[in-house]
Amino acid sequence: MAQELVQAIADLNEKEAVALTRSLLEKGVSPLEVLDDCRAAMQIVGERFEAKQAFIPELIFAGEILKQITEIVKPYLQREATAGKKLGKVVIGTVQGDIHDIGKNIVVFMLEINGFDVTDLGVDVPADRFVQAVKENGAGIVGLSGFLTVAYEPMKQTVQALRSAVPGVKIMIGGGPINEQIREYTGADAWGKNAVDAVVIAKQWVGA
Amino acid sequence: MTAEWKTMTPEQKYEALWAKFLSTEGKPFASPQVAELYRHRVQRLKDVCELKKPDSVPILLAVGNYVAEYAGISHGDMMYDYDKMAEAILKFNVDFDLDYQVAGNGLPGKAFDRLGFRTYRWPGNGLPKHMPFQMVEDEYMLPDEYDQLIADPEGFFLRVYMPRIMKSLEGWKMLPSLYGVMELPMALILLGTLTVPAVQEGFQAWIDAGRLAAEFFAAAGKAGAQLTFQHGMPNYLGGFTKAPFDIIGDTLRGTRGIMIDMYRQPDKVLAAVERLVPIATQMGIEAAMSAGLPLVFIPLHKGADGFMSTKDFNRFYWPTLKAVCEGLIAAGCVPFLFVEGGYNERLDALADSPLPAGKSMWMFDYTDLTEVKKKLGSWACFGGNVPVSLFYAGTPQQMADHVKKLIDTVGQDGGYFIAPGAVIDNARPENLHAFIQTAREYGKY
Repeated sequence: MAQELVQAIADLNEKEAVALTRSLLEKGVSPLEVLDDCRAAMQIVGERFEAKQAFIPELIFAGEILKQITEIVKPYLQREATAGKKLGKVVIGTVQGDIHDIGKNIVVFMLEINGFDVTDLGVDVPADRFVQAVKENGAGIVGLSGFLTVAYEPMKQTVQALRSAVPGVKIMIGGGPINEQIREYTGADAWGKNAVDAVVIAKQWVGA
Repeated sequence: MTAEWKTMTPEQKYEALWAKFLSTEGKPFASPQVAELYRHRVQRLKDVCELKKPDSVPILLAVGNYVAEYAGISHGDMMYDYDKMAEAILKFNVDFDLDYQVAGNGLPGKAFDRLGFRTYRWPGNGLPKHMPFQMVEDEYMLPDEYDQLIADPEGFFLRVYMPRIMKSLEGWKMLPSLYGVMELPMALILLGTLTVPAVQEGFQAWIDAGRLAAEFFAAAGKAGAQLTFQHGMPNYLGGFTKAPFDIIGDTLRGTRGIMIDMYRQPDKVLAAVERLVPIATQMGIEAAMSAGLPLVFIPLHKGADGFMSTKDFNRFYWPTLKAVCEGLIAAGCVPFLFVEGGYNERLDALADSPLPAGKSMWMFDYTDLTEVKKKLGSWACFGGNVPVSLFYAGTPQQMADHVKKLIDTVGQDGGYFIAPGAVIDNARPENLHAFIQTAREYGKY
């Protein structure tokens, strides 16, 4: 583990992180090790987010640094598997009628960093597409996002559709107008107010 | 503005704007009783703004898409069939017997079509009739365009931003500097550009949009006037402006863009928000003046808890928003801050940097009003905090309990209004009735 790189990413020191990545790879350090450092750094950013020492700009900028590092690492990766064992599969999307995706994208990003295999269905996703995706990839967790209250009803319908088609799948919901009352209304298993909540919930469900 | 206005102090302007709002003289009220009802309701608003205790807690609503839904028309009709829109507005306000009228999300869809707006999708432009209009987040201003924006914001809007976000105005990219009009020979460059078909098409679209919007304004104006003069329901929001940080973060750079800029080019972001202060201020004042009432609506977005640290809030967000508020207050206006999300972690920062007492109104969403009262109550009129989820998924009993609890805990001393936490887009009528009835009965002082 290159502690310096972990620190540079976690402290959002973009130039240093990029330069360190280049020099590590040139020195012959395994690209997989660099990606492990990224994960360790993102873990720290996530913890800081949870502790209210980091906020959405920090998450987004950390993601931006990570994206650059991944680009640099790519040519060094041969046919080695790019990541370790996944914690579990998650299907996620913004429900039908709502086309917002900023919040959902942050959740996808945080889940991926934390080792989940995430299938992002995008925005304005009808219930049957959630059902179809879960049936196809056997995901154990579904995340429903909504930014407008117009999402309440489609969320409820999507939960119902999932319950009857794929019983046993765990469903979490999130977004600006979501709270416990809406969790109860929609029949979802859990709700979260931010991306860290989503990770905590998903980890609980897979027993990680 | 009149010569007299220019010589008036902020306090005189403030009183003059309220006097205009309060006045019933020469206005076509249905009866002296309706006129008195109107005047009384405006006075109640002025009292709470000044942190006084009126006869009862004012009941303010913020309603968006629910107007159409309640009236049984589509969101498409709300943007394209202006007679149906006007009927829906009337039905909603009258059925719920509101104290202050709301207009819902009626918009001149035909005019927007003609201009070819790309920043939003709406029923008729990429969305089906039953879906409400929604913004499409993107980088409509590029990361290297800050200097252009800062040097000449209006020029940047005219030649870069507007051609980019409106299909019909693409030709305006070619518009030269307008300063050439100073001299006849120099004006030739401008006139030469005006011969270009794509430039002309932009102006033609602008003229057509004006014609198409006139139809909307006539219908909306008629409904508004009917509510005011037949039912004594004042329209409480005059102007509209935004926090400088949100201007850049919402529809110029987008959430992701501005948040990366906060790290990569913080000085540019700071210079840009600073540059937008007089523009945001002027936008609010102009709209309030044309509406003839002092309240200027300012929806707050990206300064909420979680969106940035309090340190960044104090650096990037609040100073320029505060400057806009102060500018509005200096012009006699009352900033009406619509605080979406939570501001629990911002209250200390606001308390340390207050606005003049009795000159601003704050509507909170998820913020704890007990803390608001404690920390801001000496200078800010406040309300809100009835969750939009309760309007939709709650019961009338739960609603009544919530309203009573709010009035009991934070509404006893005046300077307070009752309102939902955010804009109501979806609701159950019985919950909305319970909100209004409980507030009306229980909110009497």
